[in-house]
Amino acid sequence: MGVATYTSGLSAFIIVLIALYLLFSGSAESFNVGRFLEESSPYMWAMVGVGLCIGLSVLGAGWGIFVTGSSILGGGVRTPRIRTKNLISIIFCEVVAIYGVIMAIIFSSKFAFVPETELYTPSNYYTGFAIFWGGLTVGFCNLLCGISVGVTGSTAALADAADPTLFVKILIIEVFGSIMGLFGLIVGLLMSGKAEPFSALQSAAVRI
Amino acid sequence: MEALFFNVDSGFLEGIVRGYRAGLLTTSQYHNLTQCDTLEDFRMQLSQTDYGNFLANEPSPISTSTIHAKATQLLVDQFNYLRSNAVEPLSTFLEYMTYAYMIDNVILLITGTLHERDTHELLERCHPLGVFDTMPALCVATNVEELYHSVLVETPLAPYFRDALSASDLDDLNIELIRNTLYKAYLEDFHKFCSTLPYPTGEVMHQILAFEADRRTLNITINSFHSSLSKDQRARLFPSIGRLFPEGNNALARSDDLEGVKNACEYIAQYRAFFDTAAGQTNGSGPGLDDTDAALTRLENAFFAHEVHLNKLSFLQQFQYGVFYSFVKLKEQEIRSLTWIAECIAQEAKDRVGDFVPIW
Repeated sequence: MGVATYTSGLSAFIIVLIALYLLFSGSAESFNVGRFLEESSPYMWAMVGVGLCIGLSVLGAGWGIFVTGSSILGGGVRTPRIRTKNLISIIFCEVVAIYGVIMAIIFSSKFAFVPETELYTPSNYYTGFAIFWGGLTVGFCNLLCGISVGVTGSTAALADAADPTLFVKILIIEVFGSIMGLFGLIVGLLMSGKAEPFSALQSAAVRI
Repeated sequence: MEALFFNVDSGFLEGIVRGYRAGLLTTSQYHNLTQCDTLEDFRMQLSQTDYGNFLANEPSPISTSTIHAKATQLLVDQFNYLRSNAVEPLSTFLEYMTYAYMIDNVILLITGTLHERDTHELLERCHPLGVFDTMPALCVATNVEELYHSVLVETPLAPYFRDALSASDLDDLNIELIRNTLYKAYLEDFHKFCSTLPYPTGEVMHQILAFEADRRTLNITINSFHSSLSKDQRARLFPSIGRLFPEGNNALARSDDLEGVKNACEYIAQYRAFFDTAAGQTNGSGPGLDDTDAALTRLENAFFAHEVHLNKLSFLQQFQYGVFYSFVKLKEQEIRSLTWIAECIAQEAKDRVGDFVPIW
């Protein structure tokens, strides 16, 4: 805890310092969110979105698998019959990573090379932001879904070891947890569905 | 939040200990055991349980003390497996659990030496979980100061001895005082340690340790009625944790008889129930036992039953260390029950064979 408090305190201090410096040196106008959004490349937003999408999904899946896996290992020592059945929990966690991969592939189908002079069109801005926020949505949904399935799966393994009749009952709860990742997938699809692939400046498009 | 990181260090061991707990005897297995006519039958029945062939290599007229020793050995093996796989802070937690046995061993050795028993015989009777290197040297000590400086200062028990050093020479009363002072310090320290652990552990252990403390408080009070222990000294032995602390402890420190003890526990529903069951059955007590003695025996059994109940509860919560403590306590209780059943079979006292505390 000490490290977290220290780090957050330090970063807050630095942010305040920079803000005050900008303010008192008369250059506070350089802190301009709108200009930052306009000047940063839509490619950057799209790539970061895809990276967050797959990265957070894999983080969630991996976290879930180790939480479940260590419990299956321990429980399986005295009751080896749980090991095959409880692979279902591992698969549920793995599915979360697959959601991330699917979304990353769909997002990356929008990529195409466009010369820089013709990049800054409203359509390309829209594609970049849609992929960024879509990727973030999918990534966080899958991160939390993976953890929730992992913790439930760990409980399922131990409960199954103690009493085989409990397995199916806990599995139902686990299925509900794993559906949440699907929600993220669907919303991510909708968010990026309207986005056109990156394309060069057309005569109809308005130059900003 | 505990679920996120608990399994990194202790998920495997929690699975193991829950596997061990599934091996505890069930009611139907106890039922089969109580039906046995000879200890050979008993051995046969046990071989079909989780105990397996642990008595297979013993010569045929088997004694109850062998059963007890072998079953304890199984528990010790399991505990050592857990301990050798544990990392911080679980390893410290498991260390703390052995301190209670160390205290018992120290007291056993001092008492034995005082009564001039054979050292080797005493060392064999020590609980294997509480063995430490310098233990045989305990037998040469003649007073507390010497005991502390020559032997105990290097053991983890040393800080607990701080309050016990005032007692000068070793006689039966003083040894009892030392035991209870050590236990008080130990329970308080263990409780403090548990509350530093991540969230559910402290809560679960608080329930168990609070009852343990209350049980000691009640036992000290009841046992001190006919001794030369002054009320002041008695009050100093009470652990300052537990549900009776502080009001009940004050009332207990002033009480003179069993009635006073009962009144002190009046405000805690579970504890009141112990005295109700203990008193309610007094009319039907067996011959040869004094009424008070019978009531006290029942009280003791009610304590054991409640301890088993609390320990069972800790298995209902995942991602906490309480299961490790509870498993050892339940296993101990099971060994006590097994020994009791074996003893009843050996002495052909079939009518009392059901007087053990079943677990599941």
